[in-house]
Amino acid sequence: MSMAQLLQTDTTARPKPRPRPRGRWLPYLLSLPALLVCIAILVPFVTAAVYSLQRYRLNLPYLRGFIGVDNYIDFLTDPAFWNTLKISLVYTAVTVIAELLLGLGIALLLRRPTRFHNAVSIMLLLPLMTAPAIAALMWKLMTNPGFGILSYLVSLLGVHDFKWASDPSTALFTVVLVDVWVYTPFIMILLLAGLRSLPRQPFEAAALDGVPASFVFFRITLPMLAPYIITASLFRLLDSIQQFDIIYAMTQGGPGDRLMVFQVQAYLEFFQYTNVGRSAALLMILWLITNILSNIFIKNWLRLRERAHGHA
Amino acid sequence: MEHSSLAGRIFRGVALTLVLVFFMFPIVWIFLMSFQSNEQILRIPPSILFEPTLSNYQALISGQLRTTAGNIDIPFMRNLMNSFVLSSAAVLLALLLGVPAAYAFARFKFKLGETIAFTLLSFRFAPPLLVLLPLSLYYQQLGLSDTYFGIVWVYQLIALPLILWIVRGYFEDISPDIEHAYRLAGHSWREAFTRIAVPLAGPGIAAAGLLSFIFCWNNFVFALILASADKQPVTVGALAFVTASGIQYGQIAAAIVLSVTPTLLLALYAQRYLVEGLSLGAVKG
Repeated sequence: MSMAQLLQTDTTARPKPRPRPRGRWLPYLLSLPALLVCIAILVPFVTAAVYSLQRYRLNLPYLRGFIGVDNYIDFLTDPAFWNTLKISLVYTAVTVIAELLLGLGIALLLRRPTRFHNAVSIMLLLPLMTAPAIAALMWKLMTNPGFGILSYLVSLLGVHDFKWASDPSTALFTVVLVDVWVYTPFIMILLLAGLRSLPRQPFEAAALDGVPASFVFFRITLPMLAPYIITASLFRLLDSIQQFDIIYAMTQGGPGDRLMVFQVQAYLEFFQYTNVGRSAALLMILWLITNILSNIFIKNWLRLRERAHGHA
Repeated sequence: MEHSSLAGRIFRGVALTLVLVFFMFPIVWIFLMSFQSNEQILRIPPSILFEPTLSNYQALISGQLRTTAGNIDIPFMRNLMNSFVLSSAAVLLALLLGVPAAYAFARFKFKLGETIAFTLLSFRFAPPLLVLLPLSLYYQQLGLSDTYFGIVWVYQLIALPLILWIVRGYFEDISPDIEHAYRLAGHSWREAFTRIAVPLAGPGIAAAGLLSFIFCWNNFVFALILASADKQPVTVGALAFVTASGIQYGQIAAAIVLSVTPTLLLALYAQRYLVEGLSLGAVKG
């Protein structure tokens, strides 16, 4: 690249003031610390992969040994595993769809960059900037069956004894509500930035021709917004399937195993049942799912990034 | 779009009001609750008009909670300080490690650089427990468990990808010709980096730093696994506090307000950069 030429002209054009790293090594030298962090991440990751192939319980260390893929095969016949998979997928699907529809709707409402709309969009960012674990505590206070304001409000509607997160039949609804509260602004703000960056000409032409609004929305707005929608949804998909903070802070996976999503289950396997091998196998399966999704995500994300920077 | 009908405008007004109520109400309600005594909180129907009290905050700041069962020590102020120390240290370390690397990735196209950048990006989306659980066992062997350094180190998982990718974008947007000219004038690469590139990318570096601070502050699971009580940040501390204090709802609300205020203020201050930060540099606001 031009940097090589630059360094060459450099050495010939000026006297050497002091010794300095050779240009060839400079990029490696600069990225060495980041490389160290990478290694520090990869070592435990590989360790987890090895653990997942072992019988490894912290309370029975003498039983430790390789058992191949037995941890994984055990899952096939384990109803707890299928429950975890089901709950995780349902949680992910419901939150992402709800947040996408709501976020898109709000972005459309705030599309025109008036001062009021900008103020609203900034206010809506506050839930997103709240720590999800703390957000769960806020909702826990509001849904307390004794004094919670939301329990009071639904009782005004004639629904008494609504138990929110502590009732198996409404627990999922409650944590989804918290997730929607925290993360809808994420989709909203990304789509709003996307909407406002769209070229005006197609919309002006459509307005001149008197094209109906629904046609403009489905044939112009949505297709042009698609890269933003895909990137934002995949982002949320990846976070949602790994949701831990909200669910752990709200119910620790309960009541019973009603909200036992992947990471909560893996956490309990590790700390409560001290079954390291099983916990690692569970996380490897989750990693496999997220890895496929994140590859698709990164491709779309890079395309948007190129657009923002005008080059790769 | 510009000329909407009356019905359309009413619909938009109602919809926006509902949206604002849904997203703002919890924050406002908890804020009000933090100024109420327990008796006021337990009153049914709940009242919006009440005599505000600072006793909840006083209890948190003094660290003494008086209950009918006796006095409880609450280390909440320590949690708050831990959050400041851990998040600031993590961001400083991430800037130190990340800015030179971001510069290298932007200026030189080399394979190892791309590998590092994408590995860090993809682990941003890997399950955190996958790295944390084995790491907690390693930390026990290395004597790093329950140390500030150990927690700051894993916070790099959050801060480094963010800083690397945002700052890289800013460096890419600066024409290399400026540095080129500066170096032809007889300056070393280090001078070109510190006197030209870093100042020009300054706003991006500051924004990436602020956002990393917010995300480190809001993190829960890392410290839940790696920190014991005296090193815990507010996210973990608040949960422990709820378990310990049981029914001191006013103090819980005050603790929540204190935990979220710093990040909300920072977010308002850095709102211009939030879109970019949230999309890891892919969308500009």
